[in-house]
Amino acid sequence: MTTKARRMVAISRESFIQIFLIIIAIFFIFPFVWMTCTALKPATEVLSWPPIIFPKRPIIANFLDVFKVAPFGRYYLNSIFVSGVSTLSILITSSLAGYIFAKIKFFGRDMMFYIILATAILPMQAYLVLFYMVVSKMGGIDTYWGLILPYMVMSFGIFLLRQNIYSIPDELIDAARIDGASELVIYIRVILPLSKSALSALAIYAFTTVWGELIWPLVVVSTKDKFTTELGLAAFQQRFIVQYGPLSAAAVICVIPALVVFILFNKQIIQGLTLTGLKG
Amino acid sequence: MCILIPVFTFFVIIRVFPILATLLLSFFDWGLVNPTRPFIGFKNYIDLFNDPLFVIALRNTGVLAFLSVIVTIAIAFGLALILNRRKAKFADIYKLIYFVPFVISWVPVSVIWKWIYDPTYGILNYVVSLVGISRQGWLVNPKLSLYSIIILIIWRSAGFNIILFSVGLKNIPSEYLEAGRIDGAGDISLFRHITLPLLKPIILYIFIMTSIINFSIFSPVFIMTTGPQGAQGNAVRVLVYDIYENAFRYLHMGYAAAESTILLILVIFLTLIAFKLIKQEA
Repeated sequence: MTTKARRMVAISRESFIQIFLIIIAIFFIFPFVWMTCTALKPATEVLSWPPIIFPKRPIIANFLDVFKVAPFGRYYLNSIFVSGVSTLSILITSSLAGYIFAKIKFFGRDMMFYIILATAILPMQAYLVLFYMVVSKMGGIDTYWGLILPYMVMSFGIFLLRQNIYSIPDELIDAARIDGASELVIYIRVILPLSKSALSALAIYAFTTVWGELIWPLVVVSTKDKFTTELGLAAFQQRFIVQYGPLSAAAVICVIPALVVFILFNKQIIQGLTLTGLKG
Repeated sequence: MCILIPVFTFFVIIRVFPILATLLLSFFDWGLVNPTRPFIGFKNYIDLFNDPLFVIALRNTGVLAFLSVIVTIAIAFGLALILNRRKAKFADIYKLIYFVPFVISWVPVSVIWKWIYDPTYGILNYVVSLVGISRQGWLVNPKLSLYSIIILIIWRSAGFNIILFSVGLKNIPSEYLEAGRIDGAGDISLFRHITLPLLKPIILYIFIMTSIINFSIFSPVFIMTTGPQGAQGNAVRVLVYDIYENAFRYLHMGYAAAESTILLILVIFLTLIAFKLIKQEA
């Protein structure tokens, strides 16, 4: 083959690959486009056949309908509150316990750590029933704290932080001790700054995990003003079963903020989720 | 160190106790509203395996977990290879786009796909009609509904797995591939003798982890089974869905606890296999 012919083959191979990758990209993105377009269509256009992708006369009535029956703003605040408090608690408990398990020796330490590690693998759904009974005994049904309680510690977080803090040299901690720093000061001044990347990965993982929970809010919360966005949308779709206009509008309301956050912080989010995904 | 005591106590209350109590409760005829809650030994377990709904749920969960993980790994691995080829153009943009479904939570994506799968007006029926396939009840038809949910699972998790595989591919020292190429190995034999063996631990890891997550799947099934255009409950009934119904609809807490114990045992079993395989690799 001449150089020119070889280059031609390479170019056509490359464009074939690009076309293939674009088709795959459409497969991943199209559902969101379809949802957004449906949300902007009047009912007659939604149920047209053959379907038209883009609305001819875009309207916002579907969004107004959604907000009339479901306070998604409130759901949002609830989700942010529940996920935020849980994440904060997970970060604090994980780094404290991680520090102690990594650097301080005491009787029964390894056994305690293995107990925690053993529960990391078990999904919450598998002991949901008992969880419900415990929270109900404590009077936590239909309360915010009952909603948050299961997410206040994360075994995996303790494991991740222990691994990370383990690699901090002992000399650094000893030097601080000689300078008269208390354990708490060491934790705040030495351990936390050196665990920043693990903590931010854990924060992203914890926040998205708690945000996406459906089954626990579903069983524990019954009044609308405590619904999270996930539960709110689940309840909404039970009411507007085949009204795809309002239904799509509600889905758009739930998706857009997450999408915006992802576009802004995609590097950190992908890194955080991959790091936690590979270490778990 | 004293600070560990409250953390650990808390941990015992919200993790260790519920897990152990699940095992214990499974031996009782414990209804939430019953006045008496007698010890009944293994009766809950015997009843479970004679309960057609549980058997269906177990079977569906197995099919869903393993089929979706196998197809996801195949697709993600293939795409990761293409995106990490030499001199790949726009690879980062594609990876970003493929990742998007994974950052959106289950409920909205299930709502979107339910509309795509609609038996009369769904766009998927329009797309397949272009290639001459007649309208299908993707969710309504009990023969298809489980597979429709599997497609949704693959769609949502493929991008995440592409990134995991890309990390693995980047960690392969380029000297290995160079050396192989100098020895005259073609792309296929490089893949078989260098790339694949080096990525085996990651593949194993993803396989087990994703199976465990899929074993406790709930949200998409819950959303996809509501309404006349949704799937019939039994066609897509999975373990956690069945636990949810037994516990929170019929209030058979003991029975649901026995079912939860089976789920716990399955997950532990998968984990042990994972440890064993990974140890063998190391």
